Amino acid sequence: MTALRRSRRPGRTLTRLAILVLVGGYLVLPLFAMLEFSTRGKGGSRTLDAWIAITRDPNLIEAILNSLGIAVLTVLGMLLLLVPAMTWAILRVPRMRRVIEFLCLLPLAIPAIVLVVGIAPIYRFLTPIFGGSIFTLVFVDIILVLPFAYRAIESGLRSVDVITLSDAARSLGAGWPRVMAQIVVPNIRGGILSASVLAVALVLGEFTISSILSFNTLQVVINLLGKRNAFVSVAVSLAALLFAFVLLYVIARFAPGGRPGAQAAEEEG
Amino acid sequence: MSTLPAATAERPSPDRVGVAVQMLDMHRSYGPVHALDGLSIEIAPGELVALLGPSGCGKTTALRALAGLDELDAGRILVDGRDITHVPANRRDMGMVFQAYSLFPNMTARENVAYGLRLRKIDAQARRTRADEMLELVGLAGQANRYPHQMSGGQQQRVALARALAIQPKVLLLDEPLSALDAKVRRQLREEIRRIQIMVGTTTLFVTHDQEEALALGDRVGVMSSGRLEQIAAPAELYDRPRTRFVAEFVGLTNRIHGTARDGRVDVLGTQVPLLEGSAGPGPVTALVRPESVRLEPEDGAAASVLAVSFLGSLCRAQVRLASDELIVAQMAAAESSGLSPGTAVRVSVLPTPIFAVAD
Repeated sequence: MTALRRSRRPGRTLTRLAILVLVGGYLVLPLFAMLEFSTRGKGGSRTLDAWIAITRDPNLIEAILNSLGIAVLTVLGMLLLLVPAMTWAILRVPRMRRVIEFLCLLPLAIPAIVLVVGIAPIYRFLTPIFGGSIFTLVFVDIILVLPFAYRAIESGLRSVDVITLSDAARSLGAGWPRVMAQIVVPNIRGGILSASVLAVALVLGEFTISSILSFNTLQVVINLLGKRNAFVSVAVSLAALLFAFVLLYVIARFAPGGRPGAQAAEEEG
Repeated sequence: MSTLPAATAERPSPDRVGVAVQMLDMHRSYGPVHALDGLSIEIAPGELVALLGPSGCGKTTALRALAGLDELDAGRILVDGRDITHVPANRRDMGMVFQAYSLFPNMTARENVAYGLRLRKIDAQARRTRADEMLELVGLAGQANRYPHQMSGGQQQRVALARALAIQPKVLLLDEPLSALDAKVRRQLREEIRRIQIMVGTTTLFVTHDQEEALALGDRVGVMSSGRLEQIAAPAELYDRPRTRFVAEFVGLTNRIHGTARDGRVDVLGTQVPLLEGSAGPGPVTALVRPESVRLEPEDGAAASVLAVSFLGSLCRAQVRLASDELIVAQMAAAESSGLSPGTAVRVSVLPTPIFAVAD
């Protein structure tokens, strides 16, 4: 039996390697193609002109900062909206869980263009209040990220016994704000982190709504650049992808998350 | 209303004296279900009352109402003479240990124990000292830096007990804290809970569906059914002198043997046995007889015969078929069971200790 298993191992390893190469190639080759295209010079030479142009385009810098600002505000808004609402539903009104889930998943079923048409009248109301700031996009983006954030936070809340933990904290003297801040949030950090990463990725990649509402976010500016200069556009697209990748990695790696005990267990060997 | 015993009269002097608890005419309904139906219980200072009952009888609802985690539809709760019926849970000053593991996963054992003290703004050094004392009290002095997932179920419940006691609560509430543990740990921890409760002298309400646990732990045991208190009494009294059919049938093992009641006595298997107050009769009744009240004597030609014998360590239990075809269980010291084996013909009699009888 063992010998049979051993004899199968090399084949299995080869299969795994082949799948890894195929999938890796499928994902990485387009990036290499983008890099190759964005560094093409005249007469077959290589140049970094397109990449240097990125740093010299004030519209682009502004768009990057705008998108980052929107991403941060969207994450904050989404967390402030979802975490207390979902926790409260578990603790106090369990019958509302299905309603909240339905509302949160609804944006998945509604095409972005339909969302914009529905939201446009609200923006006519918001513009006099917020002065047409690009950051009003945060309201739409919060709605867009709800389906993904809901699932991530829901899985975090399911991983701990929120009811018993909050009962225990209350019996020890904690009021609701402390229960949320000191007990619930620290114990669903994994879910909060996942929701935040998804929200950042979504906001940085969002194009349709920003474009229709005429806000200059990163994706809108990349699109405009593409019409002017294909090399710069591809360079920016690649840079944006790499930037998003690094940002998500940094959030996942360095934000406080996971089980604190895991670290202690490692320390104790 | 029950009479309060002098619960702490013969105990070692505790660190602090417990307070009296009065739960008066409590009502709580969930839709058509009456979880509490006029429940009244009084607990003396320093006393440990065990609430016993089947699932859904309302015992946990009563405990949660006392903790402030569930609201009452009607009724009052007084602690140390003060009405706390509408005081929120976080201001009731009660320590609670839950059935489910309730340690905060993001905190170490020490941080868990110190959490209630942190909320009371006790300074860091005093918190640490107190937390370490409490962990030592529950036998976990060396586990202070461990996280809940690094501890066994028994250890987690000990930490939960230390956490509940660290705040020096007015009342300690234990909601089936042993039910998730294996039998051996359960027995050990049960004894420790009793030892610690006597040492600290905190008034305690312990909820369980386990009779052995309730009878072993409680100064008094309250038996609940359908949101009502059937009887509350010292364990021995509850066992020997049940006041209702439910208590007689729920607490301990009982044989149901047909007999005839007359003049406050019932004829059971040829023995005239006094009837407890509240029993049915006169006329044909079913007597509820404890297995240890049944006597078996091997006798050739006797109408009853032994079906099976179970060895339980110091005790032995024999299943017997009577001449009437009824099956009963007898319990005796293991040493007295030497002549019994499956098929042995036996003469069956009943000790004349008072028993409860219900209508046929």
